[in-house]
Amino acid sequence: MSQEIQLPELNSVGLLRYGWRQLTSMRTALILLMLLGIASVPGSLIPQRTQNPIAVGAYFKDSPDLSKWMDRFFLFDVYGSPWFSAIYILLFISLIGCVLPRTIEHFHAMRALPPPTPKNLNRMEFFSTWAANGGELELARSWFKANRFRILEQEGTISAEKGFMRETGNLFFHLALILILLGISFSSLFGMRGEAILNVGERFVNTPTSYDSLTYGKLFKDGKLANFIVTVDKFDAKYNVVTNAPEDYTLNITLRQGDLSTPEKRVIKVNSPLTIGSTRIYLQANGYSPVVTVRDSEGSIALQGPIPFLPQDGNLRSIGAIKAPDANPQVGFLGSFVPTYARSNGNGAMSVFPEALDPRLLLSVWSGDLGLDSGIPQSFYRIDTSSMQQIGLKSLKPGEVFEYSGGSITFEGYMKWVNLSFVDDPGKNYALLGAIVAILGLLASLFTRRRRIWIRFGSEIEVAGLAKNAAPGLEQELNKLISVLKGEI
Amino acid sequence: MSRNWAYLSNYLIYSSMAVYTISFFAHAIETAWAVRIPNATSSQTFDFKRTEKVARIATAMMGLGFLLLFAGVIARGISAGRVPWGNMYEFSITGALAFSGAYLAALRKYDVRWLGLLVSIAVLLTLGTAVTVLYVPSAPLVPALKSTWLVIHVSAAIISGGVFLLANAIAAAYLYLDSMESKGERTPWAKRLPTLEYLDQLSYRLVAFVFPLWTFAVIAGAIWAESAWGRYWGWDPKETWAFITWVAYAAYLHARVTVGWRGRRAAWLCLFAGSTFLFNYVYVNVWGTGKHTYSGL
Repeated sequence: MSQEIQLPELNSVGLLRYGWRQLTSMRTALILLMLLGIASVPGSLIPQRTQNPIAVGAYFKDSPDLSKWMDRFFLFDVYGSPWFSAIYILLFISLIGCVLPRTIEHFHAMRALPPPTPKNLNRMEFFSTWAANGGELELARSWFKANRFRILEQEGTISAEKGFMRETGNLFFHLALILILLGISFSSLFGMRGEAILNVGERFVNTPTSYDSLTYGKLFKDGKLANFIVTVDKFDAKYNVVTNAPEDYTLNITLRQGDLSTPEKRVIKVNSPLTIGSTRIYLQANGYSPVVTVRDSEGSIALQGPIPFLPQDGNLRSIGAIKAPDANPQVGFLGSFVPTYARSNGNGAMSVFPEALDPRLLLSVWSGDLGLDSGIPQSFYRIDTSSMQQIGLKSLKPGEVFEYSGGSITFEGYMKWVNLSFVDDPGKNYALLGAIVAILGLLASLFTRRRRIWIRFGSEIEVAGLAKNAAPGLEQELNKLISVLKGEI
Repeated sequence: MSRNWAYLSNYLIYSSMAVYTISFFAHAIETAWAVRIPNATSSQTFDFKRTEKVARIATAMMGLGFLLLFAGVIARGISAGRVPWGNMYEFSITGALAFSGAYLAALRKYDVRWLGLLVSIAVLLTLGTAVTVLYVPSAPLVPALKSTWLVIHVSAAIISGGVFLLANAIAAAYLYLDSMESKGERTPWAKRLPTLEYLDQLSYRLVAFVFPLWTFAVIAGAIWAESAWGRYWGWDPKETWAFITWVAYAAYLHARVTVGWRGRRAAWLCLFAGSTFLFNYVYVNVWGTGKHTYSGL
């Protein structure tokens, strides 16, 4: 016998409707949730550009072919990649499609009365019956009221229901997740984030050119940068003398905001950023800037000032580059700064304490073309020595001068630099609100039990109950109700 | 002064290990004696009281070990002048404390004494690794960790971890007993363990109980990250794996509540979710990179 299956006609509207129904089904949402978890794994194992660009660079150097292919799949930018975005956008569409109809349905259900008492109560999981003594109806009414059940009285029966908070909490939890995502998107559209390295004593005027790096959202306007000036007055770092680990960083600044006339003294610490309007300033890192003066053969100054060096270890051995493009011929210094000098096992120098107790500046001097005019961007902390030659090697104490053919360099001293982050994150409060609602919703939904209780009054009293999701505790509750009805309590 | 507290902490922790070892042997003896129950015919005199007595000793020693370890963790905190959650040694001793604490708390409500053997082994291994491999001298915190959020975030994470692992142990026991039952009867010693349905429900209830706390731990971490690093979420490896653990347990809860998974499939999913937590703790702290690695191994 042949069976004729009638397939619904799939025109474009039908197809769309079919696709929407598939996407918003619970199963799809669950699969997408699991996919999101799996998709975030590679980003934690492979170095990411946003967090560790140096390690990504090393990856490209070690295995260029593989890296190129990995890069095509955005494996170094997993969390901003199209495929990662696709998963979470689909997940949230699915979530919305799943939660909104349920919210409407729940809203109606909450206002509706409990369904009438079924005929055969003895088929329920929990059922009990005994001969009536009279007065049970009153007792039942007051018990349900005291325990805040919603009840329907009909033809000598009471149908009672409780536990709507379960679904309410559940819906709030999922709606809150949507709010968190909206907060995050809001930040990425309207927010901004910038970094600047400042030597102690330097001034930072909040304009785009002051930043070493500045990124902002598509809808953030340049003119929106808050009006303020920060002057770095003092930076203190305390270290543990046994473990050499840092114990405290304190940054003192002078802030001018608004009409920029009144200076205010402020303190920034690692866990307490400075808040100016919607912008917050964070102390992120610090290091040493050796102060040098470079002179040419005639004794005129080609370069003078502090040069920030990058810390390499816990004792702040720092490396950097000093470039004097105005000298003739051009001269560059590859340097290593050690705050507390000690001779290492090899030939080099090492630092044995992060505070500057016995600072040294170790320099290798290069003469030739610095390559700054070639148009290829260069690292601030490195020198391309391919068209230069080494003309000297020297270790200097503060105040000492090294003379090489064509000029001299003086190690005047050192100062500290701080790396400040400037962040405007307008969506974070929505995300926080979402997070709080999510937790409350979760608690409500996990710890509320949805159940129905029915009582039929007559010569026999019949009591029955049903718990949704086989939630525990209904039996005890019914026993309590029964003993109340029997007048035992 | 602070050094004396550190020494005291070490003594207490070594003492707790000794006591946990006694608890371990008592649990082992209890399990071994229980094996002989079905062989004991009516002619043999088998003293059930003796087994019960050993079991009581095992639980008492577990409690005593918990108290000693608790004192040890407190002393460690006093020696450093802060909460004792600054490095992996301290995370491990506190984690062991949370795990045995979760077991003792569960024991008050549920019959989970049969888990004692497993719990005492896990605690001993954790403490053993801590004192031999992970030990670092007591020292103050680096600036980034100096925050009230350290107390809130880490305590929530450690308690969640302790309960997740307990749920995992129960799920593993479920799978083991399930495979045993599918081949026939339970072996004698396993007969006194709870039914499969009981284990299934218990591991679910533990997860459902602690999932909101884990959610809170992640959110507290995000709030702290916002004030320390200038962003509340940066896909740092530790954050990523905390998220993966969250997703895995969320999937587990959905699978149980809405799809109706029970038994073997649910237990495997529970084990998988728990393993993401362990991976986060071990791999990201030891071999990983990122902002959480100053936990200073």
